[in-house]
Amino acid sequence: MTEFVGTSTLLTPRPTEGSKDTTMVVNMGPQHPSTHGVLRLVVEIDGETVLKVVPDIGYLHTGIEKTCEAKFYQQVVPMTDRIDYLSPMSNNLCYCLAVEKLLEIEIPQRAQWIRVLLNELTRLNSHLVWLGTHAMDIGALTVFLYTFREREEILRIFEHVSGQRMMTSYFRVGGLALEPPLDLFDRIQKFLNILPERIDEYQSLLMGNPIWIHRIKGIGHLSAADAIALGVTGPPLRASGVDWDLRRDMPYSSYEKFQFKVPTSTDGDVWARYMVRVEEMRESVKICQQALDGMPEGDIKADAPKVILPDREKMKTQMESLIYHFKIVTEGFPVPAGEVYQAIESPRGEMGYYVVSDGTAKPYRVHMRNPTFATLQALQTMCAGRLIADVVAVIGSIDIVLGEIDR
Amino acid sequence: MNATPSKDAVLEVHAQNRAISSLLSSLPGSVQDARFDRQELTLTIGKDQIRAACEVVQAAGYNFLVDVTCVDWYPSEPRFQVTYHILSHSLRERVRLAAMVDSIDTSIDSITPVWPSANFYEREVWDLFGVRFHGHPNLRRIMMPDEWEGHPLRKDYPVEGYR
Repeated sequence: MTEFVGTSTLLTPRPTEGSKDTTMVVNMGPQHPSTHGVLRLVVEIDGETVLKVVPDIGYLHTGIEKTCEAKFYQQVVPMTDRIDYLSPMSNNLCYCLAVEKLLEIEIPQRAQWIRVLLNELTRLNSHLVWLGTHAMDIGALTVFLYTFREREEILRIFEHVSGQRMMTSYFRVGGLALEPPLDLFDRIQKFLNILPERIDEYQSLLMGNPIWIHRIKGIGHLSAADAIALGVTGPPLRASGVDWDLRRDMPYSSYEKFQFKVPTSTDGDVWARYMVRVEEMRESVKICQQALDGMPEGDIKADAPKVILPDREKMKTQMESLIYHFKIVTEGFPVPAGEVYQAIESPRGEMGYYVVSDGTAKPYRVHMRNPTFATLQALQTMCAGRLIADVVAVIGSIDIVLGEIDR
Repeated sequence: MNATPSKDAVLEVHAQNRAISSLLSSLPGSVQDARFDRQELTLTIGKDQIRAACEVVQAAGYNFLVDVTCVDWYPSEPRFQVTYHILSHSLRERVRLAAMVDSIDTSIDSITPVWPSANFYEREVWDLFGVRFHGHPNLRRIMMPDEWEGHPLRKDYPVEGYR
């Protein structure tokens, strides 16, 4: 029972010969620089006005959810990086929290705080890439060079802590992979000292640019009711006037101990999303600062020898540690049967991992709820009746990452 | 391991829960099973009543559909567990609805009339599991190519595909 229904069938039927119908169908992508990856949009236009936008996704589908079912729980962590290559730490965190919830193990304070610190750096990293590329899409090329300067430092910090610039896999089920290097916190502190004025610098580059302002103000409007009905989360939801942030409203990983504001706006346009994200960057700097100032001492791994690999030194001197190490590496660790859904506020919105266990060492089902997959559904509402050039601004403003949409 | 509390015990302990109380009063008999595990509430709904149940839950304050997905319990029957994660912004609470779909009639009502955001999620479930949704406006494959045969996330579909 194969059904072949092409994307074009969704559009208005093509005009028959001799009719006065003037609409045209334009194919945007999959290889279009403003689509940030391989997003294909089939756009129906009347002159310059957009009537319909139909996203066609799946070009990057690699079946990560299927692959996860064939891996041990600890082997899934590196897969999660590859879903959203701009915020690897958020994915690591969300998956680890979900499995830790299944295992019902308590994570030491220090590990939780380092997780928060690195997550906020990830948010900064992601927002910096977003700001640079979004501005570049609209024609303000300069900002890109400045945001990537700061992003480079974040990537170096990630490399310093995990050995990898992008695919960090630094969080493990039960804690962290390693004690962070001694000079890490100093390095982050130096970075935090310069960042606020660098954000001012980006703002000054953009706010005085009339083209930037005209191309994003009043464009791509999305009302709060539409945003909720269409499953929009994260900065686009807050820019539409819904005051909702999982870090504050349903805290995880000790976020309840941090003081920060949740920027919102009621304009609901591309401009509002830009302002919300930039303010979020400033708040992230504050959270990082609080994490550095109050960093607790202690372990970075939970006390669960059957789940967490033993320290190298212990493995060489203690028989039990060697056995546990051998067992975890060769057989994995069994996870009690059950199902959990764990959500975090990723840079793009609510990211959730739904993990189902059947009691064995491999997950029975891993499902990722990715924010931009849902947000993409709002594209039609935001673009209809607008000019085709605005589609580019709207795509930029929802900050899509095709890796996480297609998985 | 403690024995899993029965459905009635869970419903009694969580009688104050808005989702449970409204489902019991508006749609008596719709809740087939209830579990409270790791601080998460799961209500299994009869598959014919899923759309009505979603309407009731939405009216009870659970305003945001987070996710629709599926679990394949092959070879046991009913085989597919369609899972709905629903969030309430005002109550700061989540509820999980589940509906079991057997392999003879792999179809269930679409909830796109209740939450339009279910559109992409249900397309994904159709694409990867082969569960049909009645009343879906545009039930096409979303991840796999249109002409693909089979549904890759089914448990009887090999991880490395058919070669």
